[in-house]
Amino acid sequence: MAAFKETKLPADAPAADKALGWIDDRFPLSKLWNDQWGKYYAPKNFNFWYIFGSLAMLVLVLQIVTGIFLTMHYKPDAGMAFGSVEYIMREVPWGWLVRYMHSTGASAFFIIVYLHMTRGLLYGSYRKPRELIWLFGFAIFLCLMAEAFFGYLLPWGQMSYWGAQVIVNLFGAIPFVGDTLSLWIRGDYVVSDATLNRFFAFHVIAIPLVLLGLVAAHLIALHEVGSSNPDGIEVKDNLGPDGHPVDSIPSHPYYTVHDLFGVSVFLVIFSAVVFFAPEMGGYFLEYNNFIPADSLKTPSHIAPTWYFTPFYSVLRATTADFMYVLMAAVAGYVVFIWLKSRLAFKTKAIIAVVALLMIVGMQILEAKFWGVVLFGSSVMILAGLPWLDHSPVKSIRYRPDWHKYVYLVFGLSFVTLGYLGTQLPTPAFTMVSQLCTLLYFSFFLLMPWWSTMGSFKPVPNRVTFHPH
Amino acid sequence: MKVVEWRGKPVWILRRTPDMLASLPKNDDKVADPHSDKVYQLPMPEYCKNETRSRAEHKEVLVVVGICSHLGCSPSSRFAPGAQPNLPDDWTGGFLCPCHGSTFDLAARVYKNKPAPSNLDVPPYMYLSDTRIVIGKDEKGDA
Repeated sequence: MAAFKETKLPADAPAADKALGWIDDRFPLSKLWNDQWGKYYAPKNFNFWYIFGSLAMLVLVLQIVTGIFLTMHYKPDAGMAFGSVEYIMREVPWGWLVRYMHSTGASAFFIIVYLHMTRGLLYGSYRKPRELIWLFGFAIFLCLMAEAFFGYLLPWGQMSYWGAQVIVNLFGAIPFVGDTLSLWIRGDYVVSDATLNRFFAFHVIAIPLVLLGLVAAHLIALHEVGSSNPDGIEVKDNLGPDGHPVDSIPSHPYYTVHDLFGVSVFLVIFSAVVFFAPEMGGYFLEYNNFIPADSLKTPSHIAPTWYFTPFYSVLRATTADFMYVLMAAVAGYVVFIWLKSRLAFKTKAIIAVVALLMIVGMQILEAKFWGVVLFGSSVMILAGLPWLDHSPVKSIRYRPDWHKYVYLVFGLSFVTLGYLGTQLPTPAFTMVSQLCTLLYFSFFLLMPWWSTMGSFKPVPNRVTFHPH
Repeated sequence: MKVVEWRGKPVWILRRTPDMLASLPKNDDKVADPHSDKVYQLPMPEYCKNETRSRAEHKEVLVVVGICSHLGCSPSSRFAPGAQPNLPDDWTGGFLCPCHGSTFDLAARVYKNKPAPSNLDVPPYMYLSDTRIVIGKDEKGDA
């Protein structure tokens, strides 16, 4: 450790400079700002897709601030919760605005995060050396889902109640320990005051704390290895005389201005929703949630909020008949691995044994359990992307053209699953969601093969950039 | 149908018409567990282990816990037989779970190939008189 050194400024230096010098001697304020944003060099060819990281940050702040004010008036008590939310809506000055900002913010958060993840998928942002950024981001996504789920119980409406009932019972499908586990989560035999209180604790303190830590880790990791870009090339391979990549520009002021423009556009849309369509036709706030929780009656049309529906459809698609398709798919996949992969014999043997256990398990255990397994896997599989993608190029720009159709089919399956999750199940819809479930998983599980196939276009040395 | 609360859960008390009762044997090969051998959360009371899943005193009265054995929603009553949205064309009347589409017949037996693995629970119950039922208690004592 170097000895303490006081910054010496001329006596007539501005007071602000002196104050900053005083702080910088004691805390690395300027250094933090410069490392994390001010002199953080980012590729100059960012496009529209690169706005969502900053927007997610903005929405996180909005959610925390509006959440604090909601907590001042909300009562986490089964007897008073619904009434206190209505009190916020009708009596608390500007309460309706704060609440609508918070509820619209939740949906906005997911829209932004899904677009942010799409960007990662299109331009291979998760590829080496950015695996940890992706994993931290994935953990943030899990936290967001938990946050949304816990938060949705708090208004104590019909959808709150029955949504929580269904999700907590998902854990009940785990063999042997399931019932005890869901009892432990609920804190009661039915969703009740005890459940509401603990969900409140998770929603306002536990998950946000973890979330903030993960966001910090996500950003520190990003600023350590540097941002990727739409061309998927490493700008750090080409340094200029000043030691900074020639294709990069400091975030401040360039991306500050860029992001402020994005924020303005976002806030226009966000405000329009908050003021004119806060319920968004029942997608952002479901109509049944304006009815107080009734433990004796499930609403006749129940669906989770839109951001969960793709995964929920996977759960619903897993019926007893579908298990045979799954068994065949697992068996086929193992044969495929044995024939087509260069994995060690031991690894292949382990995969075969695991698959065999799964097939036996599929015959013994109920479809209900496997539905939960598939539901969980459909989310968790995202974490594997950095290791599943073996394509020689990162960005979709230099991939074979037919790869674009693979992404399109995957995107359509995901959106279709999402749409079907909002609808009542019919035999035809179930068939479609089963097909989409297979397509969804094939996209990931076959990625090590298809991502290397085809003729790739040459990747340029410098980023594609047209000065404005 | 009357819905009452028992242990925080809905219990349905349904008086079935002779037509409704007559539909039950026809469903035997369409339901997953026609004789209620599988247990969900409560053991099946011996006195209800029969075709109508009810006590001998009032065969027409069905008493079940209205909580789906899949993920715990309360199915809605769809008593009208025949083709209708979200139900098969040969529907004989019963219950449809709004959450994941499990269907149950008028003895609350789950149809095959649905997400729900077992029939709805029949709680222990007994008749105090012809018009009074006590739920959660039978000749063997309190549940």
